[in-house]
Amino acid sequence: MTETEFLQWVRGPLFDIATIIMVAGIIVRILQILLLGRKRNLAEAKGSAAAAGLRTIITRSVPDRNTYRRSAFTLTTGYVFHIGLFVVIFLFAPHILVFQDLLNISWPALSTPVVDATSVITMLALIAVLIHRLIDPVKRFLSGFQDYLAWLVTFLPLITGYIAFHRLAPPAPTMIAIHILSVELLMVLFPFTKLAHAFTLFISRWYNGAISGYRGVRS
Amino acid sequence: MKKDQTLGEALRLKGISRRGFLKFCAATASMMALPPAMVPAIAEALEKARKPSVIWLSFQECTGCTESLTRSSTSTVEELIFDTISLDYHHTLQAASGTGAEDAREASMKENRGKYVLIVDGSIPISNPGYSTIAGISNEDMLMEAAEGAAAIVAIGSCAAFGGIPQARPNPTGAVSVSDLIKDKPIVNVPGCPPIPVVITGVLTHFLTFGLPELDHLGRPLAFYGNSIHDRCYRRPFYDKGLFAETFDDEGARKGWCLYKLGCKGPTTYNACATTKWNDGTSFPIEAGHPCLGCSEPDFWDAGSFYQALSTPTGDITRNTLYAAGAGVAAGAAIAAVNRKHRSSAEKRHEKVTIDDLEKESKS
Amino acid sequence: MSDLYVTMTRPDSIDIRVGAGPRDTGNVAPLLNEVRHALVQLLDTGKETIIDLRSIPLGPGESERLEETLGEGEIEAVLHSLGRSTIRETAYPGVWLVTHYNEEDEIMGKFVEVTHIPQILKSQNEDINEGLQRLGSTLEQTH
Repeated sequence: MTETEFLQWVRGPLFDIATIIMVAGIIVRILQILLLGRKRNLAEAKGSAAAAGLRTIITRSVPDRNTYRRSAFTLTTGYVFHIGLFVVIFLFAPHILVFQDLLNISWPALSTPVVDATSVITMLALIAVLIHRLIDPVKRFLSGFQDYLAWLVTFLPLITGYIAFHRLAPPAPTMIAIHILSVELLMVLFPFTKLAHAFTLFISRWYNGAISGYRGVRS
Repeated sequence: MKKDQTLGEALRLKGISRRGFLKFCAATASMMALPPAMVPAIAEALEKARKPSVIWLSFQECTGCTESLTRSSTSTVEELIFDTISLDYHHTLQAASGTGAEDAREASMKENRGKYVLIVDGSIPISNPGYSTIAGISNEDMLMEAAEGAAAIVAIGSCAAFGGIPQARPNPTGAVSVSDLIKDKPIVNVPGCPPIPVVITGVLTHFLTFGLPELDHLGRPLAFYGNSIHDRCYRRPFYDKGLFAETFDDEGARKGWCLYKLGCKGPTTYNACATTKWNDGTSFPIEAGHPCLGCSEPDFWDAGSFYQALSTPTGDITRNTLYAAGAGVAAGAAIAAVNRKHRSSAEKRHEKVTIDDLEKESKS
Repeated sequence: MSDLYVTMTRPDSIDIRVGAGPRDTGNVAPLLNEVRHALVQLLDTGKETIIDLRSIPLGPGESERLEETLGEGEIEAVLHSLGRSTIRETAYPGVWLVTHYNEEDEIMGKFVEVTHIPQILKSQNEDINEGLQRLGSTLEQTH
């Protein structure tokens, strides 16, 4: 297989397979949760469940002062790499073209040096959280294989993308193919690992808020 | 120039001064993409260089490579380089034809055995030798025979280097590259469709002066194929600023912005177009407003649309997503139904704990 | 998929503007900085620098802009060997622009040399030697 064939294979059939697994997987997981259903709450509503649900999505996304004081490092690095991932994935011109291909809509990109710097910061934050996970006794006790796997498949697209962009390891067609391959790995594992929190997160926050709202208490 | 003369002697006999020779060396260094600091070393090597015999074989090709070389204006440097080689066989260019031409090839191969440089353009059909023959000899036979006595082989053009357009799917002739057939000789690949003329002469000059050039993993001389088009492109600053032409006639196209979104293969293509340029340094495809096709890379003809951005998937991703969503909904509903059944049966089987049960446990 | 083919208009409707203004690749400024650095080095250590202008990607019009910026100095020499070569000191002493042309007057090479005097201007020993012999035989003939 030549370099070009490898790149074409990764961009073509493999990307198709990865897309199908990710999209079908996400929908299966969401439906599994939603269609399980809840028992009808016979108690009289003392407040709006929906309003409280929405409010909780927002309030739980902003750390409160006490939580922040207790685990400033985890929160800061967490925010840094999540925002970094957002910038790198959604605001880099070549990446936007992929979404344009899918959705037929486009949005402005950030200039490459900004995205480049962001990717470095994101990788540093990810390395920092990994080290913290390894040296903090509580975190290490709570961590299993899946946590390290989730870290790895998030980190791989960043590092391979960085290498491909800066041509630290020639040849370019192979490096770009490896980068896309690492993204496909992420896409395939996305619905079936803890990475699924990207879409279950808001459901659970809404639900937590909604329960309290229905009872008329603050969440 | 007689065969036993060195280039230095030949130039002096032509009445060219040392200054002229230094000028020639400076231009040669520039042509070979070597730093100007190398000029003294080049001067010394060229001074001593002797005339090598060259045999040029053309197989499944369009003569575009020969055209590229011969239609480039005969600048003095290239003229002098060609004065310094003895082109003993090139069936498109030579005056002799038929038996006369083939005799010249065989005579040169015999006389210069082990010393001549073999240049090949075009790919070699192996599924049926009858697809391409010269004087009744199949391309494969002619190549194998000529390669045996060659000091080194230069595969000119993407066809000879990688199979090129004849090898594009479905490859009706079973075309292969020179390096697919020959494993025991040094091969320099000079791909491009066609290659830049000064790259061809630059590689030959390198042979004359310093021997085999340094090659990359695909056998291409690093001096010319060491950088990607993208990295040396004058439109690169627009890529970095995120300024792209979206179509061939929008404002961005007129302002000369980056052609990435129009499918430019510059980021994955290694060649010297962006610096050496074409037509005596006038311009190159991107400067003319067209994305790079990636013609100096293997399988460039099968690398998807010339006009599709490099980062995008080649499949119909919208359709795939819709199918996947449909399948996901069906599977999700089915799994959910099973789960609900599980739950209701579990609820039915569920027995309430009574005080008696707890008392029994504490007694035992 | 790209809908390129649909949005493309006919070639004759494209508004083509020739010389639509300078296009900056950003390579001129670093090049001039390199020249400045080379001048400092020439003064401090006497080390000469030659820059091959063909090895640097320059956009349309940028080569001309570079030459304009360098300007014209006190010396301009023309060498006649294998075609013309112009050797010109720029407005910055020690910075020379050497352009080699072939016999058809096409550019074969263009260099910025940071030196007290470009090598090619000096008489070469091989040529001096040959001239010496010629002078010798001329003298022999006249005597």
